[in-house]
Amino acid sequence: MLRFDNNGIYCRQAGIYIDPWRPVDKAIITHAHSDHARWGNKYYLAHHDTVPLLRLRLGFDINVEGIGYNHSIEINGVQISLHPAGHIPGSAQIRLEYKGEIWVVSGDYKLQHDGISVPFEPVRCHHFITESTFGLPVYNFPPPQQVYDEINEWWRNNADLGQNSVIIGYALGKAQRILHHLDSGIGAIWVHGAVANINTVLEEQGIELQPWQRVSPDQNKKDFNGAMIVAPPSAIGSSWLKRFEPFSLGICSGWMQLRGARRRRSADRGFIMSDHCDWTQLNEAIAATGAEHVYVTHGYKSVYAKWLRENKGINATEVETLYEGESLEGNKEEIEEL
Amino acid sequence: MKGFSELFTVIEQTTKINAKIDALVQYFADAPESDIVWCVALLTGKTPRRAIKTADLRNWCAELSGLPMWLFDESYLVVGDLAETIALCLPAPVANKEYSLTETLQQLNKLAAASDEEKKRIITARWMEMNANNRLVFNKLITGGFRMGVSRQLVIKALAKHYNQEENQVAHKLMGNWNPEIISIDELLFEANSGEKLYHPYPFFLAYQVESELAVLGDVHDWQIEEKYDGIRGQIIVRNGELFIWSRGEELITDKFPEFELLKNILPNGTVLDGEILPYKDGRPLPFQIMQTRISRKNVTKKSLQEAPLVMICYDLLEQDGKDIRDMPLSSRRQQLEYLVTLAGSQAPLIISPVFPCNNWDEVIAIREAARDNNCEGVMLKKKDSVYETGRRRGNWWKWKVDPLTVDAVLIYAQRGHGRRADLYTDYTFAVWDNDVLVPFAKAYSGLTDKEILEVDNWIKKNTIEKFGPVRSVTPELVFELAFEGINESTRHKSGVAVRFPRIARWRKDKNIGDANTKFDLLQLIEAARR
Ligand SMILES: [Zn+2]
Ligand SMILES: [Zn+2]
Repeated sequence: MLRFDNNGIYCRQAGIYIDPWRPVDKAIITHAHSDHARWGNKYYLAHHDTVPLLRLRLGFDINVEGIGYNHSIEINGVQISLHPAGHIPGSAQIRLEYKGEIWVVSGDYKLQHDGISVPFEPVRCHHFITESTFGLPVYNFPPPQQVYDEINEWWRNNADLGQNSVIIGYALGKAQRILHHLDSGIGAIWVHGAVANINTVLEEQGIELQPWQRVSPDQNKKDFNGAMIVAPPSAIGSSWLKRFEPFSLGICSGWMQLRGARRRRSADRGFIMSDHCDWTQLNEAIAATGAEHVYVTHGYKSVYAKWLRENKGINATEVETLYEGESLEGNKEEIEEL
Repeated sequence: MKGFSELFTVIEQTTKINAKIDALVQYFADAPESDIVWCVALLTGKTPRRAIKTADLRNWCAELSGLPMWLFDESYLVVGDLAETIALCLPAPVANKEYSLTETLQQLNKLAAASDEEKKRIITARWMEMNANNRLVFNKLITGGFRMGVSRQLVIKALAKHYNQEENQVAHKLMGNWNPEIISIDELLFEANSGEKLYHPYPFFLAYQVESELAVLGDVHDWQIEEKYDGIRGQIIVRNGELFIWSRGEELITDKFPEFELLKNILPNGTVLDGEILPYKDGRPLPFQIMQTRISRKNVTKKSLQEAPLVMICYDLLEQDGKDIRDMPLSSRRQQLEYLVTLAGSQAPLIISPVFPCNNWDEVIAIREAARDNNCEGVMLKKKDSVYETGRRRGNWWKWKVDPLTVDAVLIYAQRGHGRRADLYTDYTFAVWDNDVLVPFAKAYSGLTDKEILEVDNWIKKNTIEKFGPVRSVTPELVFELAFEGINESTRHKSGVAVRFPRIARWRKDKNIGDANTKFDLLQLIEAARR
């Protein structure tokens, strides 16, 4: 029912693409991250909570419609519904059913609860499309609470030493997950403009964040003392960071599981926190779908597909998507995942 | 082992010297005494040998974690570190049992003699009793070559601070062949040099490369100017009628140099010389290549003794008549040294390092420029009133190496790095033109900035022609300027040349592969070096 073509994942029967990477007439968007939600489509369909994020990112004049989770619509005989993916607020798996055959496009997803997204719900299906960003057995993420505690302890120590803490996380999702779990009793929380914009949208949707303030261009050193600053990856190495000196730099990412990646990022601390599945979560999620056919996209796709074939007896294939196979080994994806 | 693992983590999480010293001092304050001895041994390079085959470790880990071997190996390729891969792949521990560092290392030392089954039982049992952090450190110990991000100098500083001792004293006591199995921290640090310590060398004083204009150094007359020789820096010790030769890497290498044997009868007891050991013939040093061939041979033959007769070019005198004279000014030590070498006579394989009297800095520049013709690496500048310090220090001694030779070469193979760069292609093979074929002639690992490494890595992944295990051949397109210290003919290399200390000087984005140098250019460099 679905096929991968030059524009993205296509359902011919319904005449609709999912997360297309070239402009098309009709697109269903799994979530508002830039590699999944692209500019130029004539019509967008996404979860309610994704709609304002799409408008913020792609412009207020886009033609977008929102629906809720578990609510089914029909297009030319295809039953289409969205189900929680637990990746970021508004993220959805797309379920498509036609003549008894069920496909699920999971987009990006995770099984860990992050406190701000509706948790992942497994959907039974025959065909499952999964990413494999952390599809190696070395990726086993620690319990989230342990990581939040480490972050707050790091902040507290820095504040005691009279230095600021700059924590890096992707502006949409990761930043708010961090903000939700910070201990605001330690000090003031400041955020980068890119994070602030998203915060405003998400707070309107009822997501609770610790009290934060936007850093304005005229502020300087004396305004920050033992503060926590939440910033996107693009801030690393920029002059924007100078005003926070002296500071300790922490990075939140699943890649921080490996010591090599931690050191290469020249961060003072690496916190293992991801909005993607680790090895255990991937295996658990796929088992829960009951799918006989699995299509493995961005990540360690050939290794993971082989594992599914040889050890789980699943008919798994790796699929080329807009992500180039090579960049997945490290840098590009690493930056995106942050 | 908990405390030691925590120390490992703290050290890894900071790049700040003082934070590292503080962490060490804290460890010395908290750890049991025997653990401190083992810790100091590990951090100063007395690491246990690998007791278990890596193939066994991989198998046991795959078995415990229920992973097929190919998947474990794929993971290892990505992580680039066996100890870490195992720590990450193992299933959750079933118990939490604490062993001291001492117990752990004693257990590992005994393991070498155990049967394969016994080894497997002990290691897998330990794995399942430890958390991830302990596992990583434990695996680092069993896979051999244990390393932690602290220099010997830092360990010395921390010990001196904690035990309230002179750094120089601590440094001296840590030299040589002490055995953590039998020595106590008191014996190691506080007991006076007894008979057992006969062989103890002194820590070497090392220089940094000159960083600014020479004029900043002041009056040239305050400086002793020597050539910088290219051999094996070493100490010759004669005490109680016995001879010991130490390399800078703290290896006892007495046996490698039978030509020095007679010195124990010539030099007075209680003599320690610092100098450069190198092959020397007809009044000048031979190229380093000849030394390398000599060193790599297991047995020293008559022939090699004739072809490459070794001498020590003497730089300094550290001990005289059993007395440590490192605190005397260089000018006085030099006087004593000259006297001693003269007295030893011409049958002794000792040559005093010539001092070049200079009246202005331009003369120093000229000596440096002529250094390569004499198979030297550059010049040494030593303050005449300087004491003999320990470790690499700025201020009183400087080295000033000659500018390296350079060629433009084409990147043709890339390999994944190690350790912190394991997920990046950082080890490159470079080629020059031989007519219309690119022939590889050098490997280089360093010289690029972190940002450039990422850029090249990205390029490599997009321009791979073929993969052979961890190595990829890439489209010949990128040109780099390589610097190296010396060049010689070689039958072992396809290109027929071998270069010394090759490194990337810079990425020549302005050049394309047609601009790269040729094999003929390299041969000309060899010719030029001969003249
Ligand atoms: Zn995403
Ligand atoms: Zn994605």
